[in-house]
Amino acid sequence: MAIHIVDRRLNPGSKSLENRQRFLRRAKALVQGAVKKSSQDRDIKDVLEGGEVSIPLDGMNEPRFRREGGTRDMVLPGNKKFIEGDILPRSGESGGGKPKDPGEGDGEDAFRFVLSRDEFVDLFLDDLELPDLAKRKLAEAESEGLRRAGYATSGSPANISVSRTVSRALARRVALRRPRLDTIEKLEAELAECDEARRAELTAELEALKAKARRIPFIDPIDIRYRRFETSPKPVAQAVMFCLMDVSGSMSEHMKDLAKRFYMLLYVFLKRRYRHVEIVFIRHTDRAEEVDEDTFFHGPASGGTLVSSALQAMHDIVRSRFRPSDWNIYAAQASDGDNSISDGEVAGRLLTDMILPVSQFFAYLEVGEAGGYTFDMPDSALWTLYDRLRANGVPLSMRKVSERSEIFPVFHDLFHRRGKQEKTAP
Amino acid sequence: MTATAEPLFEGADWDFLTLQRIHDACEEIARSELGLDVYPNQIEVITAEQMLDAYSSVGMPLFYKHWSFGKHFAFHEASYRKGLMGLAYEIVINSSPCISYLMEENTATMQALVIAHAAFGHNHFFKNNYLFKQWTDADGILDYLEFAKTYVAQCEERQGRLAVEQTLDAAHALMSHGIDRYPGKKKLDLRAEEKRAGKRRLHEEAQFNDLWRTTVPTGQAKSDATLNLERRRKLLGLPQENLLYFLEKSAPRLQPWQRELLRIVRHIAQYFYPQSQTKVMNEGTATYVHYRIMNRLHEQGRISDGNFLEFLQSHTNVVFQPDFDDQRFSGFNPYALGFAMMQDIERVVTKPDDEDREWFPEIAGNGDVMGVLRNIWANYRDESFIGQFLSPRLMRQFRMFHLHDDPEERAGVRVDAIHDDRGFRRVRRELAKQYDVGFIDANIEVVDVDLAGDRRLMLRHAVVKGAQLNEADARRVLQHLADLWSYDVSLVEVDAADKVVKEYVLNPRAIAAVA
Repeated sequence: MAIHIVDRRLNPGSKSLENRQRFLRRAKALVQGAVKKSSQDRDIKDVLEGGEVSIPLDGMNEPRFRREGGTRDMVLPGNKKFIEGDILPRSGESGGGKPKDPGEGDGEDAFRFVLSRDEFVDLFLDDLELPDLAKRKLAEAESEGLRRAGYATSGSPANISVSRTVSRALARRVALRRPRLDTIEKLEAELAECDEARRAELTAELEALKAKARRIPFIDPIDIRYRRFETSPKPVAQAVMFCLMDVSGSMSEHMKDLAKRFYMLLYVFLKRRYRHVEIVFIRHTDRAEEVDEDTFFHGPASGGTLVSSALQAMHDIVRSRFRPSDWNIYAAQASDGDNSISDGEVAGRLLTDMILPVSQFFAYLEVGEAGGYTFDMPDSALWTLYDRLRANGVPLSMRKVSERSEIFPVFHDLFHRRGKQEKTAP
Repeated sequence: MTATAEPLFEGADWDFLTLQRIHDACEEIARSELGLDVYPNQIEVITAEQMLDAYSSVGMPLFYKHWSFGKHFAFHEASYRKGLMGLAYEIVINSSPCISYLMEENTATMQALVIAHAAFGHNHFFKNNYLFKQWTDADGILDYLEFAKTYVAQCEERQGRLAVEQTLDAAHALMSHGIDRYPGKKKLDLRAEEKRAGKRRLHEEAQFNDLWRTTVPTGQAKSDATLNLERRRKLLGLPQENLLYFLEKSAPRLQPWQRELLRIVRHIAQYFYPQSQTKVMNEGTATYVHYRIMNRLHEQGRISDGNFLEFLQSHTNVVFQPDFDDQRFSGFNPYALGFAMMQDIERVVTKPDDEDREWFPEIAGNGDVMGVLRNIWANYRDESFIGQFLSPRLMRQFRMFHLHDDPEERAGVRVDAIHDDRGFRRVRRELAKQYDVGFIDANIEVVDVDLAGDRRLMLRHAVVKGAQLNEADARRVLQHLADLWSYDVSLVEVDAADKVVKEYVLNPRAIAAVA
């Protein structure tokens, strides 16, 4: 009998992908909750990794009519010593445990499964309702590249496409029936050794052919084709993100948490866009230093406040490590707004002359105490300074935030607006 | 027979030629020595991920899309990754050709075991057992699944995903009550089913359903009076235990496509119905067949001693039965019980003792092992098989005993019968009952519809031995039922003395699909 052996291993995998997406869509609210919770405990860089999440089964159950209770009879194997009529005390379980299937039970059990990195980020961003517009329009990277785009009838001689030109010429010659060189040669050979009568006939024929060959050029200017190139934006594939934060005594844990959330969003955002994203943490009091993430958020520090020190530090780092032509530079500064009055002038100059020209984006986030309303926050020293710079046309984005829930809208607002500007600019 | 033939393979590696050789060698034994009659085989080699895929769509190679399959996939994948669960060596599908999926990481010995087990054991059982013959259409199933998949996708395009999802959710909740348990109608012909689906819908849409004319006040109220219980029952085909069938035919406000979806879910449930009734027999048959074939291959020298030991180890793991007080115990292992019973029958047929002659006079010493077994495989299901062929010797070997757990009895659980002369018949009867589908699923029927009043659909659950429905789940299922019915639904639970022990009433939610 015929038997078929089929190798299915090479079939496209993830046949269940669509079912999985449906499942995630259905469990969206629950999964998002879980994603949020698990991202709270993570470092900025790890926020992107996928991972196991656990959701309650409630709402995801597949109910069936099930019976329970009542008188039960069962036959079991492995009798050791019982005889008919024995009464055995109930010990909680007499029939042994049953393996739990998904969908069974009342939904108190948590259902654990693994999310891929993309799923995780999607859900994370989705929760924040990051609009698609903003996802795409964020600060186009500036470097431009060339891309082949078919052929053109005009162009520089260096771009002549020989093969295309020759093939067009051939087509034209065939279409116009230009006599072939070997036909003419054959006639000439014949002419050399033929009699008189034939000679006149052949001469005339040859003349006609030669005239035709002259009229129809081997390559005509209309055959010529040039390779066409289009410029296309080629994203610089790496970005660096500077996190500047005031860590002087006046910054509370709450304020730092707000700042961290903002940095996290920015990181996720950049990570989606660039292949390689570096983060530089600069904290400052009246002196600035580059630190690691843990120190940045948790390390104790105290002192006065000099914003210019951080800007200077950033500038030095850019100069020594991140050439603006190779890196997209993003900076986000978080502060409670305190700055010594005398520092304003220096900071303003550093920002406008050194930092902003090389940055894609510079955001200033003024963080306030929980419970405070943003609109009552009095304009701080730094806010006033930046506001004045902005009035002079310096591209600076700035917002005030005092609640966690405001972080995303602010973030959205910052990027959304920039997207629009870019759209209308050209 | 002496070891003369060449070994089929060396070591653990295999390729497609090896599979072919193994299959041919197995086939020769299966046909000539065991007299098996099988569908043509199709063997497919798959990866672990594809095996997980197959798990989540109840083993079928193609299935419509639904979130619940994604959920099962996520669950299986998580437990597989954590190492909580191993994957099956194979999955076999009751279709013609009979498709067996083999995992790529099986060793050559395992592939031989699996081919003998699935491609011959299960295959023979599918083709010959009366339940499968009666209820499933092996030729048509793959095409029908393809049709179902396309149909569901089309519905989603036309009706929107949400509406389709809600209907399927509801249908899935009622799946276990979407089965015809008694033959009467002709066997399902899935190919014709698929062809007729479109036509039938057109026809039914064109027809006027007389039953619902009572809602239109046409002047005379005679319909109320004339639609007495008898007539109503006749018109609606009541009582009806196939809830999905009833809804498909009689739910007043379902759209035609919703009826077709219910029909699809119902057909698929029906297709799996025989499998749930023959777990012990099916696995017993397949295990017995692979054991015979592998032993013969070893005797012929086509499987080396080393590989045969590997086989024995896997085989022993498969037929392991932990005791009731063992941590690993989760009920009777159908492989263990089935295989033990098949071997026991072989013993009764060839070397009976006096006890066997007394218990099984018709087969004891008959001598034709395969004849007897093939007859059993064709004509029994788990319940009748255990009820007739479980021997006292086997009950002693498994040391079976019967516990009776009455919640009224404060002192504890009573040992009602053990593996002794007084207990054999009772133990066997109780064990057979555990495999009786009549006892496994709750007995729920549609009993009446209040046509004159608010169109309430009335269901009745006949409570057996005091086991009532789990309330939370029952409410959810009834909610789905009410959504499909689109009027109120009530369920009464009635005990043996016809006393109502509990009543549920559910109102339909606004379902997106009801226009």
